[in-house]
Amino acid sequence: MSVIIIFIQKAIMQGMGILFGALGEILTEKSGNLNLGIPGIMYMGGIAGLMGAFFYELGTENPNPVLGLLISFLCALACAMLGGLIYSVLTISLRANQNVTGLALTIFGTGFGNFFGGSVSKLAGGVGQISVSTTAGAFQTKIPVLSKIPVLGDILFSYGFLTYLAILLAFALSFFLFRTRSGLNLRAVGENPGTADAAGISETKYKYLATCIGAGIAGMGGLYFVMEYSGGTWTNNGFGDRGWLAVALVIFAMWRPLNAIWGSVLFGALYILYLYIPGLGRAAQEIFKALPYLVTILVLVVTSFRKKKENQPPQGLGVPYFREER
Amino acid sequence: MEQTYAIELHNITKRFGSVTANDKVSLTLRKGEILCVLGENGSGKTTLVNMISGIYYPEEGKITVDGREVRIRSPKDSFDLGIGMVHQHFKLVDILTAAENIILGLQDEVETHSEAGEGRSGIPALKRLRRGASRQVIDMKRVVADINALTEKYGFELDPYQKIYEMSVSQKQTVEIVKMLYRGARILILDEPTAVLTPQEADRLFAVLRNMKNDGCSIILITHKLHEVLAVSDRVSVLRKGHYIDTVNTSEATVASLTEMMVGAKVDLNIERPEPKNPVKRLELKNVTCTTKDGLHSLDHASLTVYGGEILGIAGIAGSGQKELLEAIAGLEPVSEGTVTFYPGENQPREITNLDVAGIRKLGVRLAFVPEDRLGMGLVGSMDMTDNMMLRSYRRGRSEFLDRRTPGKLAEKVKDQLEIVTPSISAPVGRMSGGNVQKVLVGREIAQHPKVLMVAYPTRGIDINSSYTIYHLLNEQKEHGVAVICVIEDLDVLMELCDRIAVLCGGQITGIVDGRTAKKEELGVLMTKHMAHLSDEEPVPEERSQSSGASGIASGQDRRGGAGK
Repeated sequence: MSVIIIFIQKAIMQGMGILFGALGEILTEKSGNLNLGIPGIMYMGGIAGLMGAFFYELGTENPNPVLGLLISFLCALACAMLGGLIYSVLTISLRANQNVTGLALTIFGTGFGNFFGGSVSKLAGGVGQISVSTTAGAFQTKIPVLSKIPVLGDILFSYGFLTYLAILLAFALSFFLFRTRSGLNLRAVGENPGTADAAGISETKYKYLATCIGAGIAGMGGLYFVMEYSGGTWTNNGFGDRGWLAVALVIFAMWRPLNAIWGSVLFGALYILYLYIPGLGRAAQEIFKALPYLVTILVLVVTSFRKKKENQPPQGLGVPYFREER
Repeated sequence: MEQTYAIELHNITKRFGSVTANDKVSLTLRKGEILCVLGENGSGKTTLVNMISGIYYPEEGKITVDGREVRIRSPKDSFDLGIGMVHQHFKLVDILTAAENIILGLQDEVETHSEAGEGRSGIPALKRLRRGASRQVIDMKRVVADINALTEKYGFELDPYQKIYEMSVSQKQTVEIVKMLYRGARILILDEPTAVLTPQEADRLFAVLRNMKNDGCSIILITHKLHEVLAVSDRVSVLRKGHYIDTVNTSEATVASLTEMMVGAKVDLNIERPEPKNPVKRLELKNVTCTTKDGLHSLDHASLTVYGGEILGIAGIAGSGQKELLEAIAGLEPVSEGTVTFYPGENQPREITNLDVAGIRKLGVRLAFVPEDRLGMGLVGSMDMTDNMMLRSYRRGRSEFLDRRTPGKLAEKVKDQLEIVTPSISAPVGRMSGGNVQKVLVGREIAQHPKVLMVAYPTRGIDINSSYTIYHLLNEQKEHGVAVICVIEDLDVLMELCDRIAVLCGGQITGIVDGRTAKKEELGVLMTKHMAHLSDEEPVPEERSQSSGASGIASGQDRRGGAGK
């Protein structure tokens, strides 16, 4: 029984970081930008959040947990949005190829994270010596009373605030996309920028905003891993392939934020399943780790067969828009 | 005159590079009238209205709306003046519903429609709050109610909740028009609205337009279909080759008078036309029919015989099935009915219906096709001449490795013979001028020694000198015994270059006439022949039998028979 509870807990913990990445990418892709730089942006968000907290705690005698949390949160957001801005300038204003730019950004972001991660480690006195216990503690604070409820509290209420923020964001994003005018306009930009343009919608503005805010959301995923999941430490390449899982989750969720919620938990569960199956060899473990991707391929196959238009990627995804080109 | 016009255009001139699309065109649209702008392809109709809708900006001249001089610099400017344009290519988002498309880009429900929401709450502050929230959150029920009120008023049929991708073309057009009305447009411009409609749908559209007119809307209708002009408009303005010809009251116009204004007098171009020598039957099309996704016949029982050693011209208004005809022969467009047969001469005739390009080539049938879309379908813009030559010949290579030398030689030869202006054969073809690109394409196709050469709009967008080079090349091929089929929109060129001219209208071949004796008016009438559709109940089968028995075909065949002996 308790193993199952722990498994569910761990699955959710794995999933939330992915969920942030996927939500950011959904918002971005709905504007027609295929930002493959999401894994890199997650690194950027993660390291910036860590650095913010580290320097705050380094320079203050008695660090305030709430202030530390706020600082690292804002640092992560700003840095990740900066990543999104780089991507936006390159692809929207300079019309660089989206795939190439995105992949380059991932490489850049990973290097950025590892470089500053190494630097901070050195300042802290060696690998694994970074300690931002106060801030990390704030991130890991569970919901006070509710988490004490047996079973239910363990499964639902024993996470830090970022988890609930992720779920809330998913609902908010879904409402924004499908119920508001700006959401409608954004979807139109991603589907058919020419039409949106003719309807008086500034596609440049929408694309910039969606990409930068999307990157900011994805950066929260990095922050989540560093602060809540790893408890405020840095390991080089520590996120593994979670960034790519986020991109896969977007496809799995068929570009719907609400699907991404349960999808992220499923992905998280599949990702750690190998730990809970006794007697697996090294090779078999790797196969289990690949399960989320297999599921994504399966979803792709099924949706391609059904050919339902709503489940397809935005039509203008990855295509730059020139007004003059008709 | 006291009467204010909805729109007045004074001496509007628009140039694209060296081409003058509109030359001092003046036009007036009265309030509450339907004005047809009539003209052939390339007469500048669309360019003209695009300047009203803010897509282009005129170089000279002024525009007044409701008596005030205005500058329309963007679609939004035009929109703010209450002008709505329905383009030929609909600007709709497929996965959204009709209602969502209609409110796209709007900040709020349009003021005139939102009165129903007043008085729901008495306190002003609350009201403002509600308004603010309703700005962002879409009140779909109210939007739909507003749309339904509009559609009822004018007699449209529209389900606001239907997704665009589930709609027929005519339904999509309805969405476009309602979109404009919902946004408060009082001046409506429709660019060839019936091009994609069935006759019944067109009738319905016209009924709606009349309702709108009676409600005080002013409508500009761009068309080249004479019967529509006569059926629906109050006045007609005619453009020809960018020039404004005249405006007449529809009640005083006839098909003949309008045709004459539209096509004008014949212009002498002095294109050479050698007599065909030993024409032999090369290609035969029997009842070839192509069907679009929407179930319309883009090519409708077209029967045609093509002879080696002659140039067969295809005339017709854009989108009458020219593209489908050529592509059906080339194996690019599936044929749903009928047969295409190739006559190699000495051997047995071969049926090539519905074979793909490779299949046709495997049979040893040498077809060459110069498509309309040169850098899309014909050549790869970023590759150089050699590589583009190779695209056509790489299959012939014997080893695993590419042989660049042979195509390189061919590229040099083509470059020299056709006087292609390019720094070298290794420069990307995409950087060449339109004329040179076309020469590369035609040169490559001719180098395959085709038996049938099909060219679509070979001189579109090409300067005069290059055009004559292309005509000369086609004539050369004709003298080599090649069957040349060319689609050209300029009737003057067709009448001087081609031995026979087949006229397409609405996917049907409405007549085949001798190029030497053809009259422009005769072609004009054939090009708009399906006008009978609108008034008659079921004219389609009769129409076809009439046209296939028309004198044009008979005379063409007779002459052929005589020359063959």
